[in-house]
Amino acid sequence: MSAPAREGVVVPPVSEVERGRRSYRRSRQRRSTWVAVVSTLVFAAVLVVGTTSAPGWERTQQSFLDPAAAQRSLLPVLSGLWLNVRVLLVAAVCVFALGLVVALLRTLRGPVWAPVRLLAAAYTDVFRGVPLLVLLYIIGFGVPGLRLQGVPTDPVVLGTTAIVLTYGAYVAEVFRAGLESVHPSQRAAARALGLTHRQTVRLVVLPQAVRNVTPPLLNDLVALQKDVGLISVLGAVDAIRQAQIQSAVTANFTPYVVAAVLFVLLAVPMARLADWATARARRRQQAGGLL
Amino acid sequence: MTGVGEQPVLRVRNLVKSYGDAPVLRGVDLDVDEHRVVTLIGASGSGKSTLLRCVDLLEQVDDGQVWLDGQDVTDPRVDADAVRRRIGVVFQAYNLFPHLSVLDNITLAPRRVHGVDRAEAEERAMALLDRIGLAGRARAYPDQLSGGQAQRTAIVRALAVQPRLLLLDEVTSALDPELVGEVLALVREVAEGGMTILMATHEMGFARSAADVVCFLEGGVLLEQGPPEQVLVDPQHERTQQFLRRVVAAGRL
Repeated sequence: MSAPAREGVVVPPVSEVERGRRSYRRSRQRRSTWVAVVSTLVFAAVLVVGTTSAPGWERTQQSFLDPAAAQRSLLPVLSGLWLNVRVLLVAAVCVFALGLVVALLRTLRGPVWAPVRLLAAAYTDVFRGVPLLVLLYIIGFGVPGLRLQGVPTDPVVLGTTAIVLTYGAYVAEVFRAGLESVHPSQRAAARALGLTHRQTVRLVVLPQAVRNVTPPLLNDLVALQKDVGLISVLGAVDAIRQAQIQSAVTANFTPYVVAAVLFVLLAVPMARLADWATARARRRQQAGGLL
Repeated sequence: MTGVGEQPVLRVRNLVKSYGDAPVLRGVDLDVDEHRVVTLIGASGSGKSTLLRCVDLLEQVDDGQVWLDGQDVTDPRVDADAVRRRIGVVFQAYNLFPHLSVLDNITLAPRRVHGVDRAEAEERAMALLDRIGLAGRARAYPDQLSGGQAQRTAIVRALAVQPRLLLLDEVTSALDPELVGEVLALVREVAEGGMTILMATHEMGFARSAADVVCFLEGGVLLEQGPPEQVLVDPQHERTQQFLRRVVAAGRL
């Protein structure tokens, strides 16, 4: 037996006028698609012709787009990239935790916590201000120079530390903005129910804050993803360092291009994820409507 | 209602609109003649707001047609912005721009859309503000206004472009009871000035005294329409009677 039609829901037959409108919209849609395809092709053609007709093109092609050099350097650069990926994963987790803790420390109330709040504020100010490259040198070469017992000297560990310190400061500010973006009426409602300040932050404010800042956080993740390549300046053998080595071996810049392409391939899914999360957040906030 | 040879400012025929699987409008027919005030009444979710949004082309209709001064505005070939320029809308939550002063809120469209120069636009806006007693608040920002002041500003903003048709979407629903009066007084004044108005409202008293036609919407269908003394006093349809009984029980009529 077939399911009975839902009661009260009458699906009226579509009128002639509406059918006409739909077919018109479809034809406009098809036209738009064609315009997009043609304009993309023209744009690509202009770009290719413009580059290849440059006077130095052949020389540039030899030193930057040499297939043989690319093939030779691919595996070493890939193995270096594996180090970047591991550093990225560790750094991302640490940055998230550090940023969140610092942001929460800044929300602490009460005079007892004044030094903690001050320290957290100083941390974000200092580490957002220091250029990452300078911080890498200071930590990468300065810390081992102290010759302290038990302090790591591995450039990968030190480089990751520097990156975490810098990005932690940025992410702390993102989290703080998220915490402040939660409307005061939400705090009022939570406190009115008898929740303590701490419970209010943990159960009401923080969940909404994290949801609000997911898009900018993912954006920072994409940036972090390529900045982990900077640990190469400390001598860590990552993708960029490998490209440098291969470049010296082959006397050709192609390995750098190989590294660049691999970094882009790594970034694309992350960027799409960020777009998707942003679109979803927007959809949730404003449902429906043509505008 | 339409006289011989006269065409209504707004004509709606067989308007159908669904959100996903949920039908909101299921074939609405409606005429709004020039200089008339037509009110839409009905429970929340009966489709009043959706009908207004469809008329202003803020929603794409699923079927049916809407004519503004004889032009089929639901035709996809029509420039929707040009249509919206001829219609003024006032929203329930005012929707004033918080980053602009009262004066700039009102002169934005005349200056940017209709090409009126600043001095003239501001002069006209000040005249309108003067009429509603808000000239002194011209430099204030929306968050410094009371709800009633904000909504009256929103009405003036809609009127500043001299629209052909004014759509009012429950303009008093977000207001404190003591502020409802000042907004309704302004609407009444605008209506007496000859503006053609289509308004969704919960103010039965106002509908009764100011409307030329009252339409009762229920479940996306226009069940009953006529002069207020008929629809509100002696409704023919059982659902209308039920709705009005609930309104009376709530003390709103």
